Amino acid sequence: MTPLLSLSGLTKAYPGVVANDDVSLSIAPGEVHALLGENGAGKSTLVKIIYGLVKPDQGAMQMNGTDFSPPEPRAARAAGVGMVFQHFSLFDALSVAENIALGMENAPAMGALSEQIRRVSDTYGLPLSPDRVVGDLSAGERQRVEIIRCLLQEPKLLIMDEPTSVLTPQEVEILFETLRKLSAEGTAILYISHKLEEIRTLCDAATILRLGKVVGTCVPRETTARDMAEMMVGKVLATPSREGTAPGEPVLKIEQLSHASPSAFGMPLREITLTLRRGEVLGIGGVAGNGQDELLAALSGEMRSPAGMISFKGSDIGPKGPEARRQLGLLAAPEERLGHAAAPNMTLTENAMLTGAAREQLVRNGFLNWPAARSFAEKIIETFDVRTPGPGNAARSLSGGNLQKFVIGREVLQRPEVLVVNQPTWGVDASAAAAIRQALLDLATGGAAVIVISQDLDELMEISDRFAALNEGRLSEPLPAQGLSVEQIGLMMGGAHGMEVAHV
Amino acid sequence: MIRLEKRPQPSRAFSWAAPLLAVLATFFFGGLLFAALGKDPVQSILTIFWQPLFGEFSFFYRPQLLIKGAPLVLIAIGLSLGFRAGIWNIGAEGQYIMGALFGAGFGLAFYPADSALIFPGMVLAGAFGGWIWAMIPAILKVRFGTNEILVSLMLVYVAEQFLASMSLGLMKNPEGFGFPGSRNLQQYPSAHNAELIAGSGMHWGVVAAMIAVIFAYVLLTRHRLGFAVRVTGEAPRAAKFSGVNPGRLVLFCLGTSGMLAGLAGLFEVSGPAGQVTIDFNTGYGFTAIIVAFLGRLHPIGIVLAGLLMALTYIGGDIAQSQLGLPAAAIQVFQGMLLFFLLAFDLFTNYRLRTGRTEAA
Repeated sequence: MTPLLSLSGLTKAYPGVVANDDVSLSIAPGEVHALLGENGAGKSTLVKIIYGLVKPDQGAMQMNGTDFSPPEPRAARAAGVGMVFQHFSLFDALSVAENIALGMENAPAMGALSEQIRRVSDTYGLPLSPDRVVGDLSAGERQRVEIIRCLLQEPKLLIMDEPTSVLTPQEVEILFETLRKLSAEGTAILYISHKLEEIRTLCDAATILRLGKVVGTCVPRETTARDMAEMMVGKVLATPSREGTAPGEPVLKIEQLSHASPSAFGMPLREITLTLRRGEVLGIGGVAGNGQDELLAALSGEMRSPAGMISFKGSDIGPKGPEARRQLGLLAAPEERLGHAAAPNMTLTENAMLTGAAREQLVRNGFLNWPAARSFAEKIIETFDVRTPGPGNAARSLSGGNLQKFVIGREVLQRPEVLVVNQPTWGVDASAAAAIRQALLDLATGGAAVIVISQDLDELMEISDRFAALNEGRLSEPLPAQGLSVEQIGLMMGGAHGMEVAHV
Repeated sequence: MIRLEKRPQPSRAFSWAAPLLAVLATFFFGGLLFAALGKDPVQSILTIFWQPLFGEFSFFYRPQLLIKGAPLVLIAIGLSLGFRAGIWNIGAEGQYIMGALFGAGFGLAFYPADSALIFPGMVLAGAFGGWIWAMIPAILKVRFGTNEILVSLMLVYVAEQFLASMSLGLMKNPEGFGFPGSRNLQQYPSAHNAELIAGSGMHWGVVAAMIAVIFAYVLLTRHRLGFAVRVTGEAPRAAKFSGVNPGRLVLFCLGTSGMLAGLAGLFEVSGPAGQVTIDFNTGYGFTAIIVAFLGRLHPIGIVLAGLLMALTYIGGDIAQSQLGLPAAAIQVFQGMLLFFLLAFDLFTNYRLRTGRTEAA
């Protein structure tokens, strides 16, 4: 069979880095092909070349045996390539049909389009009503909007970039059913993911990239996840480990915490009750947008609560602000690195000052001690192996993983008694992620309590003592993480938002 | 195709070079403008920039540099604090007027008493007048989320009406033969902001401006409040995460800038202007916005920018009287300066690349 798409010798260099170096691969019609690699391995550049967003320096592509070099995405779409991006480009205030119409050339009239959307959504088991406003949809439903937008163009190749990072296990199942059906109809799928177990269940073939080069191919069903991970990283992975400790006395108590969301499309917190003990790691899972940011804000002090809802070491901290909470030993690291955890244009020294001022004694009588802040920044850089020329560099000049190490390290080195982190390893490569997880476990071993909010269930299962899930702003009863089944976790996360796998 | 590419690090060199390039570009295009008006461009530029400093009558113009520069620097320093934090006080002109009215009102209330306490009292009253006028947009913003740009700007026009009312009513000189305007404070020694060194142009306003510059410099580089200002401007969410209370920062920034603008008004009305008149305000509060940006919102930069701006004011006056350049041309010339500064400023964070566009 002639391949649907074949790439040969694709090379693309940017100043200072070769993003793709002589990359070749081919995809047959109906094949589900995984593209694996760490952050910065060149996966994004490669799919952008296929989608016509980037022009390669060398190499050629063929689609159905004829030359294929799309100068822009419109040409790629016309040739039958569809792409679902990791970050959705949807307007919250518009309806599903309006959003889809915006992304189409020659969109049909609204009534006809709604009809088409219903038909595609029925055929492929993607339940979605065209009239709903996108702002009210869950992340899984938003993704369906993007997928349907692609499917309406009847693509021959569908590219999916990290599609499951925002889904519950049940929603992942629905998505996989859809993808299998598409594949059975002859649509090829190029699937990018970090989640190796998913790739093992879904994909027919895998190409592994490292530093822009193809370092291997494999049949995922016949390869262990560990082997694939080690091919990606190029070295043997250390599994985070800790000595088991018995949980100590309670340190943080949340009682019936309810709070409206500060933002219009946010999620209110509803009656959250929780007792956290010294020495434990509590994992909090849940689909993005179910109150994670709000819970972190309520704990960091960015969002104050009425008295009597949050007590830390016996004192009521609900009405206290972030500085007062830090003084007491309750520290946090938010999800958004640039702009929330760190100020992008400021130096690492200044960013060390940002949260370290109180606990590291970087301030005296309101005056800032810059040399001390600088050595604190240097200590973070050294201890957490942050790759940067020095603390005088702007935060935005660091790669995502390095900045994440800096942000987590900044809090860990302040000896927290409770540390709350949201998505600590999001977009971080495997070895850096392992280092961050190890640091969190070491904290717990040292007697601190850690709350890890994450979308990555594998990560949570690996490091948590107890597991709870956020769903619609409610926190489930925390259960011991050991022995939890995927079904149980899925139920805690709220199932698939009341939708079933379509019977196709 | 030419495109902009974001620099990984803001360029330090460019952040210093941008004002210089902006001045040079203004010379060039300003020269073209003057040529188009039928004047000799070189002579026009020289009249504006050379005459006041080194010309025949420079002994008269040089003190003017301080007299015109001081209120600009004083106001711009205050504004720069807010601008750095993303808090936009556009109504310094109104706070300047209210500072003058409160301060002059305090002094006039004691006329003709003689006491060393009157002038310090006027300074406090002037600062209070500017502060209270800036507190209106500040409190409305914190309490109800109104836009401080609109409210502070609108209050300028309210302040102008107050000024007119005061010059024609309450503060009108009872011995002024019915002319609008207050008593002349220059003739009331206890309330006069006299020159400290005769013929130098140095008055208490200049001293206040210098103190404000030092205060702002220390605040921004060494103090946690200044750090809060900078972080809030760079990344508001990060600031909130670090523990900055955004509402308090709004009160502080608007309050401080209002206070300094009020002081500038007081020193002007009790010194160089002398009396409260309908046309007392001459746009210092608006020009100070240009000065703040031209000085890169940096205290030292603002001093240089304030002096440069004062120079264009003085030189512009000379050019109007000697060369017959229209006042509007001088204003366009000053506007060009801000325009080019903002344009060159872009290159601090971006660089120009030629080549094919590409989304990478």
